[in-house]
Amino acid sequence: MEELIEKLKVQLIEQLNLEDMEPEDIDADEPLFGTGLGLDSIDALELIVLLEKEYGIKIQNPKDGQKVFFSLRTMAEFIKENQK
Amino acid sequence: MKKEALKIETYCMVKNNRIVVDGHLVFEDQDAVGLKAFAKTAYRHLKPSYNKFFKMDEISKLAFVAAEFLLKDVNLEKYKSEELSVVLSNSESTIVTDKNHQQSISDKDNFFPSPSVFVYTLPNIMIGEISIRHNMKGDNAFFIVENFNADLIANHINNLFLTNKSSAFIGGWVNYSDDKYEAFLYLASESGSILHNASEIEKIFKINH
Repeated sequence: MEELIEKLKVQLIEQLNLEDMEPEDIDADEPLFGTGLGLDSIDALELIVLLEKEYGIKIQNPKDGQKVFFSLRTMAEFIKENQK
Repeated sequence: MKKEALKIETYCMVKNNRIVVDGHLVFEDQDAVGLKAFAKTAYRHLKPSYNKFFKMDEISKLAFVAAEFLLKDVNLEKYKSEELSVVLSNSESTIVTDKNHQQSISDKDNFFPSPSVFVYTLPNIMIGEISIRHNMKGDNAFFIVENFNADLIANHINNLFLTNKSSAFIGGWVNYSDDKYEAFLYLASESGSILHNASEIEKIFKINH
């Protein structure tokens, strides 16, 4: 799990153009939206694309997004549970 | 109360890895290769601490940086945000970003359009980025024309001014294609010293071109 989280940190920085940010700056448990990393609605769409492109996972129910993208750890857990 | 004539308060030209404000070179980086790299070093030079900058496409970064340098020593807070307008133009729209987007959707087996690229496939998003940054909520317009047309910009801005739509304006030209880029922005208000008309705008544009 920790390995996947580290990989996600790198992908997040690259995909979301989080310049000036290093993987070690991201706390796996802090919220991605709102008070934490402060991502926006376009970032949310990018995360959906990232899941599909890199891990072959589609979020079927949009309501799941809030739970899945709460933090990097919840994202990693979702990937582990759904990757074929 | 009788209105003063609209005047050009300050102007900025960004081209060939140089930034010139009111005729003075204020930043240069000849080591930067391409607009993306140059915009980044110019951004860091001013240290505006605005992380959204890194998410913008290249032409929006160009417009953003030009506006940062243009407004560096200007106090816009004396105006109501609804009185601040932006009127821009170019000839290439957002062609570089359009091509990036096109590439991401051209292979049906590898069809992953990027939402953050797609949102920049309209030139008036440059106006949006400048407006958000500087709290400008007045009228705005983006014209696509073959060449810089001082008449068009001057007339549009003067009409907005004379009909009391706005009090201060950013006008100009922001263009980018095949790694050739150019931004010319000016601020027009009642406080300037150069009359805001097509011939003066054309003169400034040509001198700095």
